[in-house]
Amino acid sequence: MIETDQLTRCYGNLTAVDALSIRVEPGQVLGLLGPNGAGKSTAMRMIAGFLTPTSGTARVCGYDVSREPLKAKRALGYLPEGAPSYGEMTVREFLLFIVRVRGLKADRGYRRFEEVAHRLQLEEVLDLGIDTLSKGLRRRVGLAQAILHDPPVLMLDEPTDGLDPNQKHAVRQLIDVMARERTILISTHLLEEVHALCNRVVIIARGKLLADATPAELEQRSRYHGAVSFSAPGSGMSQEMLGRLPQVAAIEVDPLDGRITVFPKLGERILEPVETLLREQGLEVSEIQLERGRLDEVFRQITTNEGGVLVRGDVSKVTEGGA
Amino acid sequence: MSPVEAVMRRELRSYFATPVAYVFLVIFLVLAGILTFYAGDFYERGQADLQPFFVMHPWLYLILVPAITMRMWAEEAKGGTLELLLTLPMTLWQAMLGKFLAAWLFIGLALALTFPIWITVNYLGSPDNGVILAGYLGSWLMAGTFIAIGACLSAVTSSQVVAFVLTALVCVLLMLVGQPQVLDFMQGALPSRLINGVAHLSMLQHFEAIARGVLDVRDVLYFLLSMIGWLIAGVLLLDLNRTR
Repeated sequence: MIETDQLTRCYGNLTAVDALSIRVEPGQVLGLLGPNGAGKSTAMRMIAGFLTPTSGTARVCGYDVSREPLKAKRALGYLPEGAPSYGEMTVREFLLFIVRVRGLKADRGYRRFEEVAHRLQLEEVLDLGIDTLSKGLRRRVGLAQAILHDPPVLMLDEPTDGLDPNQKHAVRQLIDVMARERTILISTHLLEEVHALCNRVVIIARGKLLADATPAELEQRSRYHGAVSFSAPGSGMSQEMLGRLPQVAAIEVDPLDGRITVFPKLGERILEPVETLLREQGLEVSEIQLERGRLDEVFRQITTNEGGVLVRGDVSKVTEGGA
Repeated sequence: MSPVEAVMRRELRSYFATPVAYVFLVIFLVLAGILTFYAGDFYERGQADLQPFFVMHPWLYLILVPAITMRMWAEEAKGGTLELLLTLPMTLWQAMLGKFLAAWLFIGLALALTFPIWITVNYLGSPDNGVILAGYLGSWLMAGTFIAIGACLSAVTSSQVVAFVLTALVCVLLMLVGQPQVLDFMQGALPSRLINGVAHLSMLQHFEAIARGVLDVRDVLYFLLSMIGWLIAGVLLLDLNRTR
């Protein structure tokens, strides 16, 4: 479990993290979202015990990171931003160094080392210098380092940054497998990642908590939530007809490909009426789609809205297999 | 294995993984030889001892020790590995001690590799090997103090050049502070009691006493306490960096 209470960090006059209070339970994969410079990394650094909070507290598995730093650090696996590691060491040397510092017993440590190397497909590069590895491999070495001691709490700062789609997929699968029973906090600015991984989203900007909800709840806030879009040649006539449907709020036509998006009025379902209308008009519709909502739009809306209201969803039920 | 030992082994390995260790060893041994035989008049003195050899050590350390210690924390801060290191389950003390011990052992190795000069002097005459052993011990203790200073000042900055210059500066001040010229210079400005105190701070005085073969507890304590003091300061600086 990770808990922060009014966690605050100032750099001179700048408040990088402003009274952040979040609580992540086992079974949750929380995605920490925010524009660059929002305070994501600073918050994580405080939770990891690298930076001392200006005020407020952070706890990992119940251990206050300022008062019982060693116990908190033992419970935590942490991948710092950019996955730093010692370039002059080989992968094997580096991982075994972590095993030793973490005080794992020789046989168990070595078993974990082999297990993790296998899981992250590092076996072939074990004896290469870290400096010679590609960015993706280095990121995997950083991940390996974070999970070597099989921690109950995992905190990853942009874990898939710089990976190709296949590697991203592999890392997400790994996190998915680890997510059961564990507490995972991930910072990212990739919205696709939120869909793929997270069952809960926290959005911060300028150090402040702006939203705390499930991905589905956030999508519902999108103007596109429940909208219907389709492509149909020669649909000029039907646009007018669509506009007259009582459930429809607005219609937009993409100037590039002519795709038509029909927005519903609040709380209305419009897929059926739109389909019926198109059929009645005898229009050839190549493909019709019901939109779930667009996270990027919600993200923009929340993070650029000065002095906006805190968006709080019902995340109490989010646990293993939830959301 | 304790975290201290793990960090120490990693540091030692990293010295030898990069050219740092070899460059240092070669330069140290070559300079120690040249200074002893040419500048120190090893033969012309006609005495079977290693006095001219040890006298040069403070000056060797002045240049070479900061080169070893400058990367200690500055490199980690720059490369981002500091965040990794300090979020592992160990105290700042353990990390500092591990790094310090690695550098101290490394200098110990460099000193040990000067053994041919000891063989030479034993071949040429019959020196007092007790005095020579005391000389080595004093030299190693002084190196430890230099390293502790460098370890502390490397934590001040993420620039290795700044760390080097600061360390060399503090070391040269601590070496020279007890020299007659410096003391004379201060004669007028400071009360004599204070000047006496300042003279006791001088590394050279304590080192020369040990190098002469006089193993006084006070001299040994001076070096040990200096090391502990500078290492404490370094840990405090590292802790301060986390709040800035």
